[in-house]
Amino acid sequence: METFLGLDYPTLWYLVVGALFSGYGILDGFDLGAGAMHLFIKSDKNRRIALNAVGPVWDGNEVWLVIGGGTLFAGFPVFYATLFSAMYIPFMLFIWFIILRAISIEFRSKEEMKWWRSMWDVAYTISSAMIAFLLGVVLGNILQGIPLDENYEAIDPNLMMFLNPYSIIVGLTTLAMMMMHGAIYLTLKTEGKLFDHVVYMLEKCMIGFIIMYIIMSLFTLIFLPHLAERFKEYPELFVLPVMAVLSIANIPRLAKKKKYLQAFVFSSLTFSLLLIMVAIQLYPALLIATNDPANSITIYNAAASEKGLELMLTIAAIGTPLVLTYTFIVYKVFWGKVKLDEHSY
Amino acid sequence: MDVEILSRIQFAFTVSFHYIYPPLSIGIGLMLVISEGMFLKTGIKDYEVLTRFWTKIFALTFGIGVATGIVMEFEFGTNWATYSRYVGDIFGSALAAEGIFAFALESSFLGILLFGWNKVSPRVHFISTLGVFLGSMFSAIWIVVANSWQQTPAGYHIVGEGLEARAEITDFWEMVFNPSSVERILHVWVGAFLAGAFLFISVHAYYLVRDRHQEVSKLGIKMGLIAATIFSFVQLFLGHLSADGVAKNQPAKLAAFEGHYHTENPADLYLFGWVDQQSKEVYGIKVPGGLSFLLHQNFDTKVKGLDAFDENNQPTQVNAIFQFYHLMVGIGMLLIGLSVIGSFLLWRKQLFDKKWLLWIFVFAVILPQLANQFGWFAAEMGRQPWVVYGLLRTSDALSKAVRAEQVLFSLIMFTFIYSLLFALFIYLLNKKIKHGPNDMELIDHRTHQKDINNFYSKD
Repeated sequence: METFLGLDYPTLWYLVVGALFSGYGILDGFDLGAGAMHLFIKSDKNRRIALNAVGPVWDGNEVWLVIGGGTLFAGFPVFYATLFSAMYIPFMLFIWFIILRAISIEFRSKEEMKWWRSMWDVAYTISSAMIAFLLGVVLGNILQGIPLDENYEAIDPNLMMFLNPYSIIVGLTTLAMMMMHGAIYLTLKTEGKLFDHVVYMLEKCMIGFIIMYIIMSLFTLIFLPHLAERFKEYPELFVLPVMAVLSIANIPRLAKKKKYLQAFVFSSLTFSLLLIMVAIQLYPALLIATNDPANSITIYNAAASEKGLELMLTIAAIGTPLVLTYTFIVYKVFWGKVKLDEHSY
Repeated sequence: MDVEILSRIQFAFTVSFHYIYPPLSIGIGLMLVISEGMFLKTGIKDYEVLTRFWTKIFALTFGIGVATGIVMEFEFGTNWATYSRYVGDIFGSALAAEGIFAFALESSFLGILLFGWNKVSPRVHFISTLGVFLGSMFSAIWIVVANSWQQTPAGYHIVGEGLEARAEITDFWEMVFNPSSVERILHVWVGAFLAGAFLFISVHAYYLVRDRHQEVSKLGIKMGLIAATIFSFVQLFLGHLSADGVAKNQPAKLAAFEGHYHTENPADLYLFGWVDQQSKEVYGIKVPGGLSFLLHQNFDTKVKGLDAFDENNQPTQVNAIFQFYHLMVGIGMLLIGLSVIGSFLLWRKQLFDKKWLLWIFVFAVILPQLANQFGWFAAEMGRQPWVVYGLLRTSDALSKAVRAEQVLFSLIMFTFIYSLLFALFIYLLNKKIKHGPNDMELIDHRTHQKDINNFYSKD
């Protein structure tokens, strides 16, 4: 098998996909989180400021989802096909909420009527929260695995299979984490009374996230102990959960000192650390067959051809610096507190 | 109804709905690049008024285009899992390239295009507009490459047997430049330019008949008509090139376009007609030997008919394919006629007095949209029963784990949310048009003008 820097191509692509979803979690994470708390912000003007804090960037953030999906499709088509067809309903709900959210951002400020704005505020909040929740639900199902036959097809997936206690807990944890992340982002973009209110919301979100994180960790250790096996096998890996806990603990500390930019860096780091832990635990599996481990989908039996992966690694090597440059430029242009003008939402 | 027909309806519905918006984004994008470029070059304020006004309409179409575009990426996995496994190597890499090389560019700079007026210099703003436009053009390249590969596969080999079979890439550039890519990309681009140009003409014609925004609209119509005239003729040539390609690469599809059942010489060309699928006859007005002439520049060359193909490998909806194809061609001719008449009268300085013609232009906006849709219907139905031409049948491409009631449920939801979306789109488009570019003139131009002066003194 072809290798690069000692890693085979499927492993390299696994890292690429992981990095993209980590980037997606960090970027869309804050605008989804800010959206999920939108209704808790009072007055039309404040809501407009909150909306315009994500206005110029949310579309660019969503690109990471599209690229992440594309790389998953291209790199691991077997996994893509099985996961998406088995999780038909959550993925369909996910895209409806994506559409609803795009409409509500675009349409909210187009009319002055109170009922019109309230309607889109509700739609924006619900769709943002549901997208975050469903991402976690799908992740929860991937962590648990599903029954697969020898052709890597899901065995009789029923409509509501995806809604099980563990995936709901992971879903709520994801939502809480994104809301905390979004609240930190809003502290960077607001001032005055709204800023004070955002700080208050951030405190609640941090408490909510820490509680959910503890529940999720306990549930994992008690009911899904296999998810910690790799860490028992290689005790040195325990440095990761320790780092994650320290990183999480650092967020309230920095928030208290009003160092919000640093807090944002650490909530981003937390996203990455948690995803790295997931990636290490699963590797080289992508989806474990709960009925018979031999039917599990791994990065090797799901991967595209060597030639295809090599080609896409080239594409990624050329494209990633470009995407990062665009992202940097846009964030630089819109750096600082939001000021409403005639072009705002 | 079974999973296959429901999934086909769902994909056709979601992709057709999506396809209203990207061509508008590309077409309006081109007009924005021209008008903003002209503003920077000449400093004429009307160009800036046009740019600012059309940016708002651009935002509306772009936003809906993105939201409805993610749907298809997901549907490949949810509804067409076997297809996804089969083409992952090829289709997936084109899709990933689209995301990285095109979508990232357009979506990132869209923020600056829409919200950056007071944050960046006019030059940087223009570069952002250009970036968004180029991004949308690149998007079209990769998506049409992926689709063209389904029509005329190249640069691959098949690994495995039966339903285990998979296409693996052997040559990237052969895959990208498969036999139909280039002509189809050009055809799609120009279709999009026409959609944008006619929307431009339509809105400004409406202002003229309503006696509003006169000066700006005269300029807008002029820009639109020049673009429409150039591109409608270019499209005639590109359309012919595409048909030639279909004849060479997908002869069964071409036979269905023309309702050409019997291999014969000379082959006739129908201007319009009705295909009787039972008796395999076409009734209508035809040019004897016309098809032979168009394809071979000779009135007497033999053209393969549907009878040259195995019954199981032919498209079945021949009449529908025939009608969609002929409607597309007919509308193309109509666009040439309208553009020429409009340009001629503009040149004679009589256009703005001809209210009846302006009214026709107001409604002509629907024509390029219909031609774009019908063209795709003909192209995709003509490919049947294959999802990948000659390699994978549509009926084999489905997700095995998905049941009919799930697809029915999602289809109903899509119908509901897209109806809502379309109603809102029309409502807001109408509102923006009614509102017009007037308010833009109230903006204080002094700071902006200073930037422009700086821009020129630097060069």
